[in-house]
Amino acid sequence: MNILVFIKRVPDTESKIRIRHETKAIVEEGLNFVISPYDEFAIEEALRLREAHGGVVRVVSAGKDESVAVLRKSLAMGADEAFLIKDAAPETYDGLRTARMIARAVERKFPGTDLLLFGKQSVGADNSQVPAMVAELLGLPQATVVTKLEVAHGAATACREIEGGAEKVALSLPAVVSAQKGLNEPRYETLKGIMAAKKKDIPVVTLEELGFGADDLAPQVEITGLDVPAARQSGKVLQGDPADTARELVALLRNEAKVV
Amino acid sequence: MIAVFMETRDGKIKKSSLEALSEAKRRAAELGGQAVAVLVGSGVEGLGSGSFAAGADGVYVLDSPALADYSAQGYALALAEWAAEARPAAVLFAATAMGRDLAPRVAARLGVGLVSDCTGVAVMNGKLEFTRPIYAGKAVLTCSLRSSPQLATLRPNVFPLGEAVPGAGEVVRKDVVVPDGAVKGRVTEVLKEESCEIDVTEAEVIVSGGRGLKGPENFALLRELAALFPRSAVGASRSAVDSGWIGHQHQVGQTGKTVSPSLYFAVGVSGAIQHLAGMSSSKVIVAVNKDPEAPIFKVADYGIVGDLFQVVPLLAQELKKALAE
Ligand SMILES: Cc1cc2nc3c(=O)[nH]c(=O)nc-3n(C[C@H](O)[C@H](O)[C@H](O)COP(=O)(O)OP(=O)(O)OC[C@H]3O[C@@H](n4cnc5c(N)ncnc54)[C@H](O)[C@@H]3O)c2cc1C
Ligand SMILES: Nc1ncnc2c1ncn2[C@@H]1O[C@H](COP(=O)(O)O)[C@@H](O)[C@H]1O
Repeated sequence: MNILVFIKRVPDTESKIRIRHETKAIVEEGLNFVISPYDEFAIEEALRLREAHGGVVRVVSAGKDESVAVLRKSLAMGADEAFLIKDAAPETYDGLRTARMIARAVERKFPGTDLLLFGKQSVGADNSQVPAMVAELLGLPQATVVTKLEVAHGAATACREIEGGAEKVALSLPAVVSAQKGLNEPRYETLKGIMAAKKKDIPVVTLEELGFGADDLAPQVEITGLDVPAARQSGKVLQGDPADTARELVALLRNEAKVV
Repeated sequence: MIAVFMETRDGKIKKSSLEALSEAKRRAAELGGQAVAVLVGSGVEGLGSGSFAAGADGVYVLDSPALADYSAQGYALALAEWAAEARPAAVLFAATAMGRDLAPRVAARLGVGLVSDCTGVAVMNGKLEFTRPIYAGKAVLTCSLRSSPQLATLRPNVFPLGEAVPGAGEVVRKDVVVPDGAVKGRVTEVLKEESCEIDVTEAEVIVSGGRGLKGPENFALLRELAALFPRSAVGASRSAVDSGWIGHQHQVGQTGKTVSPSLYFAVGVSGAIQHLAGMSSSKVIVAVNKDPEAPIFKVADYGIVGDLFQVVPLLAQELKKALAE
């Protein structure tokens, strides 16, 4: 099986986000960047499928040179090869822009791919757009937000989360699958893996190579503002006898908040 | 014209789609246009009239036997074809499991941008301006789209339902041709979680428990409290889920569900940033925690410092009295 995994470099979820208002962008200095957590489930699933069926796991990230670090981590986890689609643009929050780069790379660089694995969303942009967009651009079926995946004989069955339950989706391969927590437990890198990853070459794919001209990837999303959320007003905290506080709280919910 | 994709499950239109339609109606009024509902499926015309309850000026039904079961490919084909012909200024979806699966596909098919999981929509210079939380709610983005139609998904439970309109508009049926082989993936089975009352993303009242509950059996306390409210659900922190006390479906937060109920109880939940990511757009937040320094009190509208095992039963008792009045 030829498997492609798409990963994004994002600020870790503990990060304190500061905003540079002039550029309507977040301040990147001082942030710790990681593989978007859902993408780790995608890498792990690819490695398990390779262990079961044989084949090659290739990992691809679109972004700045710094993304090499997350690609290297995926190699240390056990991926066979890693590629950087070099895109120097700052975060656009535009899923279609990324999806077009990825779809083009799949067509030109990775023909013969059986399965395209993604995270269900990139934390930060929190878009949940790229996987389904890539599927549409390539005319492939999709299963998003998947917690269980079985692959056999050119087809896949996926369980995806829906409100109040799950949905079983039958797909013919090649297909797009996006990973939700619960799909597996991502492994840690081994020391041996880290050493081997250091020696591996990470080829760079340029946008020119993919046939994009200077204006082809202009974002459709126009950022009009970026701010920190209005702080919630600090509320009323009741202390003391449990019976009294319970009574008082219900009175507040009824008379002040008017939700009861 | 602003169009809204009406999601149906079990032969009913989803409430979150009606919320999106209500918002479409308000913005369309500002823009001086119409709000229309778009239904996709096979033999779903009968559901069209339901859309008028949320103020639709008209209903389009995209019908094909090939669309009887949901498939992202089939539905995207039908919607994109319709949009290319009807040329709405915008198409809105509810940010549900289906809406999030489908909207990006429609956007890619039309070659247009999409704004996900909006919590606000305004009109600015004749276009829509969207507001959405990013970085798990640590920043708020406002943006518009250069491409047309403008596509967006709207977070459930955020946008108020509009008034029903008397003298409802027309239901227009369009037959869709889905070419053989165009749909390569389809839903074969829908598995309901047993005893799943209602999903946390759809609940109006959520009672969430964390590690402070100490064990799975104590979730019964929360269920009792939740049962006092209609459209309620039990939620959980990741620690409670990872301890195996309750299913992952109930997890609220960055790696769980994003919820915005009218009333959110956080019981024995410390209020880690990743938990807040999932629930800070709730309208009213109530915290019960024995630690007065717990970060959850910083976002709670109301809090009780105390032992949950004492407080929660008393709270249930008081609420029962109040709700009976
Ligand atoms: C990448 C990533 C993603 C994550 N995603 C999520 C997510 O989606 N959702 C999520 O919730 N977390 C998530 N987390 C985990 C998060 O960081 C916290 O670890 C978790 O939310 C803590 O759960 P808790 O509040 O139940 O437990 P704790 O932090 O242990 O808090 C328990 C609380 O209960 C109180 N308590 C104890 N006993 C009592 C009592 N008798 N009466 C009253 N109060 C009592 C304590 O004072 C304490 O405040 C994520 C973490 C990472 C790194
Ligand atoms: N720049 C990128 N490079 C590679 N993969 C990406 C990139 N952005 C998003 N993805 C993939 O698409 C998934 C969903 O991202 P998003 O649509 O941004 O929420 C992520 O979890 C990744 O698997």
